Amino acid sequence: MTAGFGSGKPAGANRPERRGWLFLRRGLPLVTALASLLGLCLLWQVAAGIWPSRAFPPPVDVWRVLTRDAANGELAYHLAMTLWRVAAAYAGAMVVGSVIGVLLGMHRRADMFFNPWLVLFLNLPALVVIVLAYIWWGLTEAAAVGAVAINKIPNVVVTMREGARALDARFTEMASVYRLTPLDQVRHVLIPQLQPYFAAASRSGIALIWKIVLVVELLGRSNGVGFQIYLYFQLFDVAAILAYSLAFVAIMLLIEIFLVQPFERHATRWRRRPA
Amino acid sequence: MQPVGAAAPLKVDIREKTFRSAEGVTLVALEGLSFEVRQGEFACLFGPSGCGKTTTLRILMGLDRQFSGKVQLPEGGSNRVAAVFQEPVLLPWRTVEQNVRLALPRNMRDADLGHLFDLLGLSGLEALYPSELSLGLARRAALARAFAIEPALLFLDEPFASLDEPTADRLRHLLMRVWSARPTTALMVTHNLREALLLADRIVVLSPRPAHVAGIFDVCISRHSRDAQALDDLVSEFRMRFPDEV
Repeated sequence: MTAGFGSGKPAGANRPERRGWLFLRRGLPLVTALASLLGLCLLWQVAAGIWPSRAFPPPVDVWRVLTRDAANGELAYHLAMTLWRVAAAYAGAMVVGSVIGVLLGMHRRADMFFNPWLVLFLNLPALVVIVLAYIWWGLTEAAAVGAVAINKIPNVVVTMREGARALDARFTEMASVYRLTPLDQVRHVLIPQLQPYFAAASRSGIALIWKIVLVVELLGRSNGVGFQIYLYFQLFDVAAILAYSLAFVAIMLLIEIFLVQPFERHATRWRRRPA
Repeated sequence: MQPVGAAAPLKVDIREKTFRSAEGVTLVALEGLSFEVRQGEFACLFGPSGCGKTTTLRILMGLDRQFSGKVQLPEGGSNRVAAVFQEPVLLPWRTVEQNVRLALPRNMRDADLGHLFDLLGLSGLEALYPSELSLGLARRAALARAFAIEPALLFLDEPFASLDEPTADRLRHLLMRVWSARPTTALMVTHNLREALLLADRIVVLSPRPAHVAGIFDVCISRHSRDAQALDDLVSEFRMRFPDEV
């Protein structure tokens, strides 16, 4: 846009320059990331050319599997199954973990009593929880999602408990003097203070959950990315294994960039502008 | 004794308030503290630093219930209580206007606040977040919140602390303007004598710890005529009656 340059107003003249600068600042990390990934692909291609092996297919083979399964709908189906399990387990773990965490953070005695339980669950291996869940509740969808949620809940509890401990008493007192309704207190006083902790729990949560979901699918489901990986492991089809994992990683990245980050920017907009 | 029909909206009769420190040492903060604030009156709680003024206010605001004695707040009708704290205590994640509206009871949420914002010089700043305000402006927003709910009783806890003197003085006059526009029974805690003499109808003077009422000082001149000269006279009159107060 060159329109601004002709005008005598300094503010108007500044704008296109600033916009260009902003574009550069936002665009540069993206370009760098793309170049970096491209470099990795090239390295992979070269390495696969030097040591040709069925166990180490070049990226072109992976791409071929990806397009094949994308065309026949297999890829979308299994990705969707895994994605819905991730979403369900995530939602369950965040809700249950947040409620327990906030309650423990606010009530010191309850916290002292339940802390050993928390330590126990924190250190229970994911595999044990999954196996027990399948034994007790059968090879069902509920057992699968529940097992994943139970693995994540203790982490959420710990983070949210810290958040509840850090609540500012001045806001609570203000809310009490002005007789805010319980709903308003939760919406306007409690949740905004807990938001950074919620964001932290949710970031580490999504990454952990989707990895556990694959294990759950491998052990007791007949669809999903985990199941496909298990299947191709038995067929020794490394290209397919890589195709499915990379596709899912890409989806999780897109969720991070287009869902999580914009939401965080919105939730912390009051911090961004300097005084 | 008050005549019937002019019941005081605020009656305080605190027998004793003690604090227990972490080492188990007990400290008597208030003992036999009783006073009243009459309808429509602006009263000040004045006393040396650390004598228990803020403790008293916290009890009155219902934030501290560990005391023996009785406190009677307004009953029936609009029994809303507003407070201006030592710090503005605005929610940083809500705009100025949202902060004010949030304090309003549900049926008043849509009230027109334009006039109040105008009076406090906050027009045009409604959409800003508290972090974008200076301390003086944040305090004005805190005042707006307190007056917006049209409280039966207004508590102010050193609302002008940590402001530079010119700003504090401007805010005191602003407070007086809003208060005259919407007369409200008010109790302000301060350790600034001139501030108390400028604003109050009556000053409740507290003794050093354990605090009780050392005396009542009525400020008889109307607020308009309290200029620098009149305040100087009031200060010396006050010092004659309470020579022990700093």
